[in-house]
Amino acid sequence: MRRAILVLMLIVAVVGACAKKKPAPVASAAPPPAAAAPAPAPTPPPPRPVERVEESIPVPAISEDGIGNRSLEDLNRDSPFRPAFFGLDSSELDDAGRAVVSGNADIMKKYPTWAVTIEGHCDERGTAEYNLALGERRAVAVKAYLVALGVAPDRLRTVSYGKEFPFDMGHTESAWSKNRRAHFVITSK
Amino acid sequence: MNAQLPTPNSQDGRARLNSLGVARWALGIVLAGLGVVAVLAQAPQTPPPAAPTPQQPSEIQLVISGEPGTPPRYAVPDFVALSPDAADIAKTLGQVLWDDLNFEREFYMIPRDTYSTIPAARTPEAMPFAAWRELGADAVVFGTVQKTDANNVRVQVRLFNVRSRQSVFAKEYTGSATTPRLYAHTVSDEIHQQQRALRGVARTKLTFASDRNREKVAGPVQNRDVKEVYIVDYDGENSRRVTTNRQLNITPVWAPDARGIAYTSYRRGYPDIFIALIYQGLQETPTNGVGQNWLPIFSPDGTRICFTSNRDGNPELYVMNRDGSNVRRVTNNPAIDTTPTWSPNGTQIAFTSDRAGTPQIYVVGVDGLNLRRITTAESYADRPTWAPAPFNEIAFAARTGPGYDIKVFDLASGDTRQITFGEGSNESPAFSPNGRHLAFASTRAGRGVQIYTMGRDGKNVRQVTRDGNNYTPSWSN
Repeated sequence: MRRAILVLMLIVAVVGACAKKKPAPVASAAPPPAAAAPAPAPTPPPPRPVERVEESIPVPAISEDGIGNRSLEDLNRDSPFRPAFFGLDSSELDDAGRAVVSGNADIMKKYPTWAVTIEGHCDERGTAEYNLALGERRAVAVKAYLVALGVAPDRLRTVSYGKEFPFDMGHTESAWSKNRRAHFVITSK
Repeated sequence: MNAQLPTPNSQDGRARLNSLGVARWALGIVLAGLGVVAVLAQAPQTPPPAAPTPQQPSEIQLVISGEPGTPPRYAVPDFVALSPDAADIAKTLGQVLWDDLNFEREFYMIPRDTYSTIPAARTPEAMPFAAWRELGADAVVFGTVQKTDANNVRVQVRLFNVRSRQSVFAKEYTGSATTPRLYAHTVSDEIHQQQRALRGVARTKLTFASDRNREKVAGPVQNRDVKEVYIVDYDGENSRRVTTNRQLNITPVWAPDARGIAYTSYRRGYPDIFIALIYQGLQETPTNGVGQNWLPIFSPDGTRICFTSNRDGNPELYVMNRDGSNVRRVTNNPAIDTTPTWSPNGTQIAFTSDRAGTPQIYVVGVDGLNLRRITTAESYADRPTWAPAPFNEIAFAARTGPGYDIKVFDLASGDTRQITFGEGSNESPAFSPNGRHLAFASTRAGRGVQIYTMGRDGKNVRQVTRDGNNYTPSWSN
């Protein structure tokens, strides 16, 4: 009897020490809930984690599914492809242009069923007639680089729109530089 | 042949050339209905004394001349409405005929408001010749118009030599009342032909591409403006839409018969050549998707088409029969070769190539031989357009600063003259069928791109279009 009381007192003392001071190695089962509990316990936080999850989700696994599930219209409206830009009267891809096309090639490899039309566009400083050929050459230059990067040529079409479809309607250097471009359109997936 | 103008009741001697087999255009253009009647060119009201032999009419007397060294002075008063319901048509005819005759600048056209007080003659016999002489007119038009029924009119026109008081031109036309301007255009062309041996352009039309209907292309990319092919009379009236596919339809050109228009269309998602038979509502597809094809242009005889195609890997020129058969390659160069135009005799082609580093104008035989470069002083030149005979010239657009100006290269002398001077950017010149005028696209009005016409000397610029943006004109025969 006396012995039983002694044991009980010891347990109480140990528990009390745990509660007041640092965890004792003996009570290894208790600490984990004590450490995890403080964060999930209060009620306000839950909404925050949900928001954060949507914002900071650059994780490829989830975004790939998102792109793969989108319609062609949505894909082209907010395209994963970036346009490659050209210099005045030029159809040569510079370093920046090659970097863009290379990135687009990676996307095409990631989605091997996609077929893409490369549109060649020009700014208004060339003539309407000649620009039809210049835009064609820009689109062909991009296609050639994509093929060199390993994209199957039968997935790629080219079309020139000359200066018929400017991206920026302005008449400034800034607008023109945006209009001299190869634009990627996903035509099937 | 009767020497008198037939009276309205007389049917004798009339050759009715009704409707020319031109059916109604599927798109609603009714060009037909003009019946050209009874040509009675020599119809002196007071027969010249002692000249009974009609075998040898003196053609010299038919031409009205002005004072020595000056063009003849013409007056075109309002036509006389012989029925009250023809009053509007009568007014239109007089104004349009004055404008048409003024366009060629062969005559001094006396401003119409200066003779509004001269009383209108109801009959040729009542012509107030003294008043016209006092005004200084050498020639005056007397015209009448009468509604023959609800839908038809009869138009009679005489041209009087004011000094001799003789009628040197007398014609009658019957046909639809819905196309009054066409009667005036016809009279103008015939007067130019008779008085000046000049092929007028009053019945010609322009075709061009326009975004004026403000529709958007249906497709994966948003917010792109449709361009459709339109036609319009040379003076900007009577605009009609030719294509209706809500895609990109550009660079239209007339067939020499003025009944077909070849153009570049993206209706299949890539550029290809189509021909619209505008009076039949039919369509031809000569290239039919073999490669991508654009910028068609008819040979002067209408049997062949030259065009640009990438079918062999880069833009080259090809010639085919109008039906698409017998395709032959004209150029062979890794550079761009594009924008062809035919020489008037159909044996040579001028085009644009950047084989020397910048776009320049070259000439080559249709067989691909005898290539030569003709622009050497330009930084950028495009849209060569070969003038019809007798002008041995090629017009083109040249970069002259931020924009373009129209220049003309004389093939005989090798000289180049500039005919626009930096008023906006001026592109895409196209000669009129008589070579005396050019149509072109310009930003000079500050409201988009519009079609204009000007004389081959760059003078007398007239705005043809005002709605939307309008590009790449072609002038019909």
